[in-house]
Amino acid sequence: MTPTVAVLDYGFGNVRSAVRAAEHVGTQAILSSDFDTCLNADGLIIPGVGAFAACMQGIDKVRGGSLVDARLIANRPILGICVGMQIMFAQGIEHEIRTSGLAQWPGVVDRLVSPIVPHMGWNSVTPPAESMLFAGVESEWFYFVHSYAAQEWVLSDTDAYQRPPRVTWSEYGTPFIAAVENGPLSAVQFHPEKSGDAGLTLINNWARTLV
Amino acid sequence: MTLTARVIACLDVDAGRVVKGVNFVDVVDAGDPIELASWYGAAGIDELLFLDITASSSDRETTLELVRRSADQVFVPVTVGGGIRSIEDIDALLRAGADKVSINTAGIARPELLREAANRFGSQCIVLSLDARRESDQPSGFGVTSYGGRKSTGLDAVQWAKAAEDYGVGEILLNSMDADGTKSGFDLELIRAVRAAVDVPLIASGGAGVASDFPAAIRAGAQAVLAASIFHFGEVSVSEVKDALKHDSIPVRLPTKLVS
Repeated sequence: MTPTVAVLDYGFGNVRSAVRAAEHVGTQAILSSDFDTCLNADGLIIPGVGAFAACMQGIDKVRGGSLVDARLIANRPILGICVGMQIMFAQGIEHEIRTSGLAQWPGVVDRLVSPIVPHMGWNSVTPPAESMLFAGVESEWFYFVHSYAAQEWVLSDTDAYQRPPRVTWSEYGTPFIAAVENGPLSAVQFHPEKSGDAGLTLINNWARTLV
Repeated sequence: MTLTARVIACLDVDAGRVVKGVNFVDVVDAGDPIELASWYGAAGIDELLFLDITASSSDRETTLELVRRSADQVFVPVTVGGGIRSIEDIDALLRAGADKVSINTAGIARPELLREAANRFGSQCIVLSLDARRESDQPSGFGVTSYGGRKSTGLDAVQWAKAAEDYGVGEILLNSMDADGTKSGFDLELIRAVRAAVDVPLIASGGAGVASDFPAAIRAGAQAVLAASIFHFGEVSVSEVKDALKHDSIPVRLPTKLVS
């Protein structure tokens, strides 16, 4: 069976590229803002670019919070990309204004501290040995473009839903979280749909966990 | 973990076709932007810039279709520039699949466009394209030109770069009109002058002739280097540029699955 993937259309993110990348790895992908379609797909990709607060407004309009909760309770996979990852944390801080996220994980998304921001370009990552997403591409480069990131992982293993989360780090001025694999909820700060063969391999690794 | 220096190829597109000629034996249709973009992707290019030199607005739909096809087949970041005048233009390009847009003349005419664009779509996808040349009457010694270097705007290039950063652009594509076409190397003085004034990434453009020209641009403060014809005519390959950067201890991306 070909797995189905819905790419959540809430007005933010390079949705066309995400759909094509999912198709490229052999899934049946559709762009949708419909709650049931996104709930029932085998996999859900949540893209996102731009501002945390603006993305959260868009997420709220499509009942994205309830959608994420409903999928995770049923153990149905989600892949968040870029701001689609950031909103999984409890809060985002932009220009000293705090915005609540979906709070699947505790922690704060804050501005990167580096002489040159945004962090724009290809960087490497350090996935843990047991990472499923990075299998075969542990030493490759991925395309990042962001000014904010979660720079601390505060969820203890004992508090985690299901098995302990696998956290992948990268560094730009300071260490930041490049990816999280936490049961059915996976998320990456970079753009796998723009990371060449390495990114397609990562999406393929995720797609193989569907159905 | 280190951010790598980006190597960017620029494709000039007119009515959906690549102009300025391309000279690769293994490219069947050298005028097809998508075939070329895929070829560059396989060759290890880090990013692509489609510069739309189409004069008439009736061909805008052709450009949008090109961007759509590109997003369908090319899985590296794509920036689109040329003739972008409004929020609606930017919205259409981003929806079609562009990752970033570069704005030049319209930003000079109405700087608020840069702010509106950055607020609406995020700084990360708004690039200022700045065509600079030496002008002795400007404080920095560099002025801003428009219409492909034909017209002086009276703006100081370094002050304009700083202003655009304050308006919210996330990156600056710095084109040296003095170095462009000379193949005598990037304009390092210009790169240093703008780097000293802004904190956003800089793309150095104009003047590259040989692979060894590229590390100097990164050393001068650019985060990315861009070239067009020397890549298209096969005078310098993407991998030669990356080798030269690596030889100079500048981190580069060397993906494992590359065609030569």
